[in-house]
Amino acid sequence: MIKIEALVKYFGALKAVDGLAFEVNPGDVLGFLGPNGAGKSTTMKMLTGYLHPDSGYINVAGVDVVQEPALAQQHIGYLPEGAPAYGDMTVEAFLRFIGEARGMSAIACESAIKRVSEQVELHSVLARPIDNLSKGFRRRVGLAQALLHDPQVLILDEPTDGLDPNQKRHVRELIAGLAQDKVVIISTHILEEVMAVCNRVLLIAQGRCRFEGSPAELEALSPHHQAVSLHLPDRDIAADQAQLKTLPDVADVVCEQAQWLTVLPRAGAFVYPQVDQWLREQQITPQSVRVESGRLDEVFTTLTRPAADDVTGDDGQNGGGSGVGEGSDQPDIDQKGIDKKGIDKKGASV
Amino acid sequence: MTSTRGFHGLRALYKRELSGYFNTPLALVFMIIFVALSGALTFYLGNFYDRRQADLLPFFQFHPWLYLFLLPALAMRLWAEERRSGTLELLMTLGIPSYQLVLGKFLAAWTFAGLALVLTFPLWVTVNYLGDPDNAAIVTSYLGSWLMAGAYLAISQCLSVLTRSQVIAFILAVAVCFVLTLSGFPMVLDAFQSWAPGALVDAVASLSLMTHFEGLSRGVITFSDVWFFAVTMAVWLLANRCLLDMKKA
Repeated sequence: MIKIEALVKYFGALKAVDGLAFEVNPGDVLGFLGPNGAGKSTTMKMLTGYLHPDSGYINVAGVDVVQEPALAQQHIGYLPEGAPAYGDMTVEAFLRFIGEARGMSAIACESAIKRVSEQVELHSVLARPIDNLSKGFRRRVGLAQALLHDPQVLILDEPTDGLDPNQKRHVRELIAGLAQDKVVIISTHILEEVMAVCNRVLLIAQGRCRFEGSPAELEALSPHHQAVSLHLPDRDIAADQAQLKTLPDVADVVCEQAQWLTVLPRAGAFVYPQVDQWLREQQITPQSVRVESGRLDEVFTTLTRPAADDVTGDDGQNGGGSGVGEGSDQPDIDQKGIDKKGIDKKGASV
Repeated sequence: MTSTRGFHGLRALYKRELSGYFNTPLALVFMIIFVALSGALTFYLGNFYDRRQADLLPFFQFHPWLYLFLLPALAMRLWAEERRSGTLELLMTLGIPSYQLVLGKFLAAWTFAGLALVLTFPLWVTVNYLGDPDNAAIVTSYLGSWLMAGAYLAISQCLSVLTRSQVIAFILAVAVCFVLTLSGFPMVLDAFQSWAPGALVDAVASLSLMTHFEGLSRGVITFSDVWFFAVTMAVWLLANRCLLDMKKA
């Protein structure tokens, strides 16, 4: 449905997108992940035919976007960054304008407005000027506008930015529901969102692809993947740490918090049985035990670190962590542990 | 499914733009100032009564000056505002060809200018009450004035695409319109006369909006004047389209 090959875009001397290539098929929700300034929005602008690439090939729904942008745009619903809209119009007038501009008949337009205002829950504000709406409603107006012509491809640039947790959940449910027969691409720097809605992740930094795969595969890259954390109050942590290190397949044991030990496995290994056996042998009953599925922020920081040969001084690109956590309202994004109690809260924002 | 053929994009944008003027106080403020200023200029600077002639020449002769400031003010937001607020990205991904975007905005602004012109009808009523004017000539002058307004708007709209700042767009447009208004007069021609070949000086002189309006303001319609304004509009709108495609990054 979407195919991109060797995409390159320069802004002056800056190579914003550098040889990006990927494919997205129906039913996929692709998460475009990367620090601010990584080239996410630029890539989306090229996908929607707004910007011309300097070189490369883009095909959306069988149409060459560079050659026939207007035709390709009929298959695309696009929510630009910040959900821009004409503030002086009412929601209803704005949606009607979008429908008319897309060539819908008056009847089709009315029923489409009815359908999307149900989908994103806009009925209560249809008659209000967009300028007077809250950020959450404005974002929903942007979504409604993108969905109005029932496109096959949805491209959403930071769809949940600035929404409260309830609204975020609602938008994610909406995206999950739409994904059944459409292709959805969302860009985000919120790691939690990728886990929640995407079945594929493309992580980019400095305009290049740093990772492509499923969210679970991304998590598996974390040194904390399958790590076991133990809460051991009233114990000699140093002694236990030394003992745990001797267990098979243990890469390291770290103390990240007072009276907590985290056993990091070797890549691909599963250390819970050994740790469990050791606890039994020592007759220790830890106050809590959890197995981590991986810490995305850790992976994010590692993968987006500038490569040695292309260190740039651009803001938002060094170290790669600058974008993380800005919008994450739930600090425990990286934890899919068995036990959510006493979760380490400091790991979330870098 | 929607289609790329037809002018639905142009029509939708035209409707939105035109109603947009009336959604904000802009329409009211603009119309009041236009009508008040054109009246004041006619009666005070134009010596409407003292001339003792039943025509609207004192009214029309000030139109280039009125347009010089008011129409760039009307057109300055056309693209600059879209670029600043990010709606340009939305507008340009709806599958509307860019020539329709340029035309839709222009036609709406031009219609609005026409409405402002129509609202000056009390002057026409006045001159008919006071004497027996050549009404055909007045209608010609009105049409000529509207044509000239189109040229000013096309220039201002084109320059609006260059910047995100409405103020810069306004100043740029006023400067360019000023030069083009007066290019038949020594103020502009002197800058060319000393170095440029005679043909270029003549070419610059022939671009003057003022000179071409001269005949029309008296109700004399000539093909060359009408052609001049039509070509001016077409050229600036074409430039607008090219710049829009170039500048959207």
